Amino acid sequence: MYSYSEFDAAFVAERNRQFRQQVERRLSGALTEEEFKPLRLMNGLYLQLHAYMLRVAIPYGTLDSRQMRQLAMIAERWDKGYGHFTTRQNIQYNWPKLRDVPDILDALAEVEMHAIQTSGNTIRNVTADHFAGAAADELADPRPVAELIRQWSTDHPEFQFLPRKFKIAVTGSPNDRAVTMAHDIGLQIVSREGEIGYRVIVGGGLGRTPMLGKVLREFVPQADLLPYLEATVSVWNLLGRRDNKYKSRIKITVHEHGIEDIRARVEERFNLIRPSFGGVDQALFEQIRAAFAPPAFRTRSSEGYHAARAADPVFRAWCDTNLAAHRAPGYAIVQISLKAHGATPGDASAAQMRAMADLAERYGHDALRISHEQNVILPHVHEADLPALHEELRRHGLATANIGLISEIIACPGMDYCTLATARSIPIAQQIATRFDELRLEHEIGDLKIKISGCINACGHHHVGHIGILGLDRAGAENYQITLGGDHTQDAALGQRTGPGFSAEEIIPAIERIIHTYLAHRTGPEESFVSAFRRTGMAPFKHALYEVEHAHAAE
Amino acid sequence: MPRDSSREFTPKVVTGNALIEGDVIYLTAADDWTRDLARAELLTDEATARLRLMMAEGQPDIVVGPYLAEVAQGADGPRPVHFREAFRSTGPSNYFHGKQAGGA
Ligand code: HEM
Ligand code: SF4
Repeated sequence: MYSYSEFDAAFVAERNRQFRQQVERRLSGALTEEEFKPLRLMNGLYLQLHAYMLRVAIPYGTLDSRQMRQLAMIAERWDKGYGHFTTRQNIQYNWPKLRDVPDILDALAEVEMHAIQTSGNTIRNVTADHFAGAAADELADPRPVAELIRQWSTDHPEFQFLPRKFKIAVTGSPNDRAVTMAHDIGLQIVSREGEIGYRVIVGGGLGRTPMLGKVLREFVPQADLLPYLEATVSVWNLLGRRDNKYKSRIKITVHEHGIEDIRARVEERFNLIRPSFGGVDQALFEQIRAAFAPPAFRTRSSEGYHAARAADPVFRAWCDTNLAAHRAPGYAIVQISLKAHGATPGDASAAQMRAMADLAERYGHDALRISHEQNVILPHVHEADLPALHEELRRHGLATANIGLISEIIACPGMDYCTLATARSIPIAQQIATRFDELRLEHEIGDLKIKISGCINACGHHHVGHIGILGLDRAGAENYQITLGGDHTQDAALGQRTGPGFSAEEIIPAIERIIHTYLAHRTGPEESFVSAFRRTGMAPFKHALYEVEHAHAAE
Repeated sequence: MPRDSSREFTPKVVTGNALIEGDVIYLTAADDWTRDLARAELLTDEATARLRLMMAEGQPDIVVGPYLAEVAQGADGPRPVHFREAFRSTGPSNYFHGKQAGGA
């Protein structure tokens, strides 16, 4: 696990000291809100509908048990006993008091965490595949390079006032679990004649103008990566539109100038600055890489696991949905669903956080991950420990067996918390999950991703959901627009709108009609929802949504 | 009910978030702040509303981001018109937190 250098620790301590003073000055009246707001945002503190919200970065989604316990302590001591894990691999606290925030930041610093650059026009928390360092299909662990980028971008003097926020995601596997096609820069680790390097994707993004990224360069060698990234960000820093915040993201710059033009400018700039990167970054990278060495995997018998699978159908069902293939023999990646039917997607109580920390320590080489799907991952668990682990998860309400299924929904906070929202998203997620659980249909339906956002900013990734739901305000009432056929993986696609939206009362029945249409049209259970949609196109779904008077309601 | 005197103007309250707690507060007729929308001062006249908002803006030590929110006159005082203001006056719908739980 990577540990802060002295420089990092001193930097964070200094920032926290400054922020404590800024809060004091705001409370004493020495700072106006106009002066204070950018300062609090620089430290991840938002003001939402009902309270302040503190967004804490979890770099590339990686945590150890000590950090998870501290997050639990903060939730209990200064919040309402829970935290919300987000699609950006962050945790958000929904109820902190302004006076307490400096203490919270100090508590975070004790475990090498902070809330810096979780807001504002900076390079944000770098996200990565949540199976990093564990996945069977991985070429190389994406976290060392994510950490290198974090260090390069944190407090980078040239990049504190960019045209807009800038998000970078890294995958080390050809099966993209980091949504690299929908980030300002997506990095895909690739191999060319045995040499590891990066395919650089640029100009993806969601929000009001969703776009998939384009390949900027097929292969950037390791030694050239930071100068190449720096060149890319500085080309945009110069060209990016500051006159209109809807046109300021790099996706628009790429769109307006064309990828060829941007590529030529980046190459030119790269050639100019390359010599100034004297190789210090390479030495640093090697150090970081050593810190991410895999744990000492052990060879043990998996007999108990196989016996438990055979004997216990509940355990077996959980294994079938919630485990993923590990690179080490006898090991599994465990996905803990934070999507119990009817619960708020991504929320975990302090007790659950502690339970997960204990389990990581006992059975998981002390490693935890937060996924962009708002779940918690134990990346390294030996099969022999799975039956006991599952039993413990059950005791804490954490054994929901629904990863990849219809009830495992991504939802942004929506109008239950967010000031920008145009409608709620959480209750829609709760109702869909509850409804399909009642119908006992979700295993029959199989692989299906529903993603919900409460406004066009698309924090809930709805454009890349197999079914995307966007909450809007239509004449003073909540209204939900549906898109179909989105995909967040290496086969990334943006969903297509079905047509007019549905009211809060109509949206769940509408989703049911879509599902029944899929079940009726698929060639067989092996044809997933999104494959069936690609084959049939929109027509049968449109028909079911808008033309059938009495939809085949499920009994 | 006719709103003749102020033609286009629909009733408002002054609201914002409390500086320290961050929760929703409303300006009362007695010049202080309440956490209960029903106890807020109902503003039916545009000029008065603007004045009251300016007064709120002069209290940055209490309130953040004050604005005029549309309301209707209910039996027990102002009540929300738009669903956003309805949520602000109660709390989130996924947990019994916020105002509905009786406190910030
Ligand atoms: C205080 C609450 C939040 C605010 C004010 C906020 C604001 C925004 C805005 C304005 C955008 C659009 C950016 C653009 O199109 O240029 C956006 C995009 C996004 N946000 Fe949020 N957001 C909030 C909460 C969240 C949460 C809770 C998550 C994670 C669950 C999240 C993740 C994202 C993602 C993934 C995108 C789309 C990717 C992109 O930047 O293109 N945000 N957010
Ligand atoms: S999508 Fe809209 S409603 Fe949802 S968190 Fe983002 S800004 Fe808020």
